[in-house]
Amino acid sequence: MTKAEQFAKKRKRRLVIRTIVLIALLAAVVFAIATKKSEKVLAIGDEAPDFEIVDLEGNKHRLSEYKGQGVFLNFWGSWCGPCKTEMPFMEKQSKEFKGKGVHILALNIKDTRLKAETFRDQYKLTFPIAQDKDESILRAYNVIPLPTTILIDPDGIIVDIITTGMDEEEIRQAMESIQPE
Amino acid sequence: MDLVSLSSNLLLVSFFAYIIATLFFGGAVRGAKSQASYRNSRSGTIGIIITIIGFLTHVGFFITRWMASGYAPVSNMFEAVTALGMMLIAAFILLYFIYKTPSLGLFALPIAIIIIGYATMFPTEVTPLIPALKSKWLAVHVITTILGEAILAISAVAGFILLLKKVNVKKASRERFWLEVIVYTIVLFLGFIIATSGFRIAGYEAEFNFMNKNEQLERSVYHMPPLFGMNEYEALTEDAMTPWAEMPAIIDAKKLTTTTWSFFVGTAIYLLLRLIFRRPLAAVLQPLTKNANLQLMDEIGYRAVLIGFPVFSLGALIFAMIWAHEAWSRFWGWDPKEVWALITWLFYAAFLHLRLTRGWEGKKSAWLMVIGFILIMFNFIAVNMILAGLHSYA
Amino acid sequence: MSKSMIKCQCGHENPFGTVLCESCGRPQTEEAKKSKTVDMRYEGSARRSQTYQRTIVDKIWNFFSSVKIGVSIIIAVLVTSAIGTIFPQKLYVPANTEAEIAAYYERLYGTFGKIYYNLGFHDMYNSWWFITLVGMLGTSILIASVDRVVPLYKSLKQQRTKRHPSFLKRQRVYGDGPVEDADASLKKAEEKLKQLRYNVKVEDGAILAEKNRFSRWGPYVNHTGLLIFLGAILLRGIPGFYVDESMWLREGDTLEIPGAPGYFIESKGFIREVYSNEDDEIFGKALERNPMIDKNFQTDVALYKKAEGDLPGQTDNISLVKEYSIIVNEPLTFDGYSIFQMDYRTDELKSMDFQLTDKETEQSLGEFTVDLVNPESTYDLGDGRIVELKDYYPDYAGFENGEPTSKSPLPNNPAFFFKMITPEKPEGEISFVAIRQTVEADENDYKVNFVSADTRNISGLTIRKDRTLYILLAGGIIFMIGVAQGSYWNHRRIWIQKGENNEMLIASHTNKNWYSLKREMGQVKEHASLPSYEDREDKESDKEEEEGDID
Repeated sequence: MTKAEQFAKKRKRRLVIRTIVLIALLAAVVFAIATKKSEKVLAIGDEAPDFEIVDLEGNKHRLSEYKGQGVFLNFWGSWCGPCKTEMPFMEKQSKEFKGKGVHILALNIKDTRLKAETFRDQYKLTFPIAQDKDESILRAYNVIPLPTTILIDPDGIIVDIITTGMDEEEIRQAMESIQPE
Repeated sequence: MDLVSLSSNLLLVSFFAYIIATLFFGGAVRGAKSQASYRNSRSGTIGIIITIIGFLTHVGFFITRWMASGYAPVSNMFEAVTALGMMLIAAFILLYFIYKTPSLGLFALPIAIIIIGYATMFPTEVTPLIPALKSKWLAVHVITTILGEAILAISAVAGFILLLKKVNVKKASRERFWLEVIVYTIVLFLGFIIATSGFRIAGYEAEFNFMNKNEQLERSVYHMPPLFGMNEYEALTEDAMTPWAEMPAIIDAKKLTTTTWSFFVGTAIYLLLRLIFRRPLAAVLQPLTKNANLQLMDEIGYRAVLIGFPVFSLGALIFAMIWAHEAWSRFWGWDPKEVWALITWLFYAAFLHLRLTRGWEGKKSAWLMVIGFILIMFNFIAVNMILAGLHSYA
Repeated sequence: MSKSMIKCQCGHENPFGTVLCESCGRPQTEEAKKSKTVDMRYEGSARRSQTYQRTIVDKIWNFFSSVKIGVSIIIAVLVTSAIGTIFPQKLYVPANTEAEIAAYYERLYGTFGKIYYNLGFHDMYNSWWFITLVGMLGTSILIASVDRVVPLYKSLKQQRTKRHPSFLKRQRVYGDGPVEDADASLKKAEEKLKQLRYNVKVEDGAILAEKNRFSRWGPYVNHTGLLIFLGAILLRGIPGFYVDESMWLREGDTLEIPGAPGYFIESKGFIREVYSNEDDEIFGKALERNPMIDKNFQTDVALYKKAEGDLPGQTDNISLVKEYSIIVNEPLTFDGYSIFQMDYRTDELKSMDFQLTDKETEQSLGEFTVDLVNPESTYDLGDGRIVELKDYYPDYAGFENGEPTSKSPLPNNPAFFFKMITPEKPEGEISFVAIRQTVEADENDYKVNFVSADTRNISGLTIRKDRTLYILLAGGIIFMIGVAQGSYWNHRRIWIQKGENNEMLIASHTNKNWYSLKREMGQVKEHASLPSYEDREDKESDKEEEEGDID
């Protein structure tokens, strides 16, 4: 190999190394910007984290036991206006879908037990209501505003996350979307 | 005599020792005919001895106060700024023994005197520590930081001497203008000291109620005639002067009043001095630098930065981060004081690169050293007073 | 021979761009040949950046390799950081939604605040362009260092003891002149230099004395530290490496710790203490000025962990890990997490005591306590007197559509529907009781009176986990080592060699602290009777001082 060839080879190798280093550095900056903004949240398409909770009547509910059926998971509080508005609609639709394999599970956040019970009685709610006392389910689902409704399909996959109150038609459509075939 | 009053008396001794030592250094510079006689002059030797005595009593102040309060006396403005003065003297003494330069003393000591005078304008009583400051890191972080800042300050003194000597003060130029601005700024600090102690001796006090920026009623006591009133103020002291203007809630009108008074008094002193000497003050000071060796000043300045920068990095960034992690749960939170420490650090890093690779020596480097000190003082004063954050304990 | 190398007269081949021959030190460029003193930065070696300029990759590389660009980036970071301190950053603004934040800036800082917000300066340090600037700084540090350290290493390794006179003549400190006995002088110089702890190499009538070469690596060591530090910050973006959460914890409550799934924390009590005169009399004066100086914030907690594999919601198998008092500066630590005492709120209502009274006789018919955290539905006062709590509104905000409403679940303004049952009125009377308000449907015989209340405190805690801490610390330590190495030591070299006849040439170089170098040279010169020399940059010092001032 002549000196010129050797030199050309060396230069080529240097170019490759430089290119790799620069791309790596660029990737690092992009990574830094990307991770700065996003917080880790559950997204549509994720598997719904399993949990277990005892409702106001003393019945145990475990999400994984609802496999093969749709779950309409609602987080609510008695002081929240839209929660109050959608509750009667949910009650009505829960009856509609009772035999069709779609269940409502309403998780009360921050209220006292007495308040959750008087609320249930006032709105004559028949679907299971449980209190997430230590807020571990709230955290597992990363719920921020109330009401938040999480639609879980028969395979245990989150198909939608709704962070506003819904009207009756929207609730009906939501429940249809997770109805088993 | 209890420890606290012993402590304050020791500080007073130091203060006067520094003043006397300055005069001797002045004598050393004036009297010297050649470089050699200047370096080994008797006045210079006496000057450094008195400086050392002053420094020892200063250390005595520091230790007795530490013993009295039970914590490192660097917890508020008064304590931190006096410590800065002490470390400045320490750095000067060290450099004096390496380089034998009375000129450095002639300028470093007055700066230390003004710094100490400035410190005593803040509340000087021993205050118990708030929970956030109760940590061994208070001593470690603050003392290291201040030591680094003091060494860096010495570089500014050397830079200032170099500029005074090198800039042609007889002819108007941009350089002369900025040099004069620096002298004027130093005089403004004198103005602050005189205004504050003047009104303090007179016992002036005026009380106001005002609406703070969180829209809560608060009370404020002025110790100077209120030139500016706080947001929606209401005077509680009768026959207090009516403020010229009312300030919005985000502006602390009390501090603005103090600043304005200092500005007035300082400017008056400056104009008076100009009237007496009939020349720019930079020109008045220039003869004092006659025996300073430019090359040596450049070297002292650069070496001071080299010595001070690692100390500052350690104290103001690394120890700061460790403590911040323990006290505030994060090592870095972009609090204004933190950011300004970073800015100071970046500035000196830029300086070192410019000096090392672009050959910025002499005047250019001297200007940068002076600007560095301005940044340090800005972090000490303005950030505590204006950009309120977690560090505004004073 | 290829264009990439330049052959020096001494026979050594130097890379293209070399200023001074790596081996003998002869100037290689026209410019260097003409100048009187020579630029010794990087030993006059070819910085790689200057060698190739062909492709776009090389151009970008060379851009970042420039110290001028590096300094410009430092200044840019400096200026943007400073701008970020003009107004408080978003983090320190007491508002939650973007609209509230925008309104806050406008309300307090007017038009400037609005512009500041709209330019994104309110969240400066998280903005993509600030992160990009820091990334560019890292890039610059990496590339500029790599480009310099390699050639510098090579040239210091390859330097010959004997240099060409043209190299010596161009040093800042240089002198030549005849001596009596050149060999004896050389011998003596060697002796003295060794005594001064120089590494002395002798070759063919020439001495190269060198000391503290390692200080030349200081900058590269500290840059490595900085890069490790920046890299560690980057790692925090990886899930699980970094947790930063906060929570409000009420006395008596047990909550799952956000960010630490499976762990629960219970507040056993929050304490706030202020200093009093009894603490220490020397604080008396300060307390007179400000009587409310905080002494301590403390949350006594119990930490629990749930059994492995238990699901969220299952709390049957939780076990106590430890009890601890969290105070400022002393966080609770477990499993890589730290929990800090950050904030507090005092006196939230916890329970209220009531009295059932007969309106006519004003006589008490018994007292009962409503636990606002977990209220009971019936209170038996004995003698057939029962109060039933029919409904409870923790944060009562008036009636809406004939129904009381609560604006939050917090007991800020509790209101109650009581049913009062007595043997005289077995069907009961309904009364709505709120603070300073009682509403009755019909005229009642009985009423429920508020007697007293009990409150509790809330602790604001922050939860952190940072697996990068040790890497950050390592970066910091390496940085400090590098900075100290480069600042507190300096690389000194002294060349002494025989010239024509009985002439001796003497030259020296250091990267800093010429003063000490010259002092050492003075000692060598004295001892070995060498010719005098001058510092070409120091024109002021008296000659006598140069020669005579030896300690």
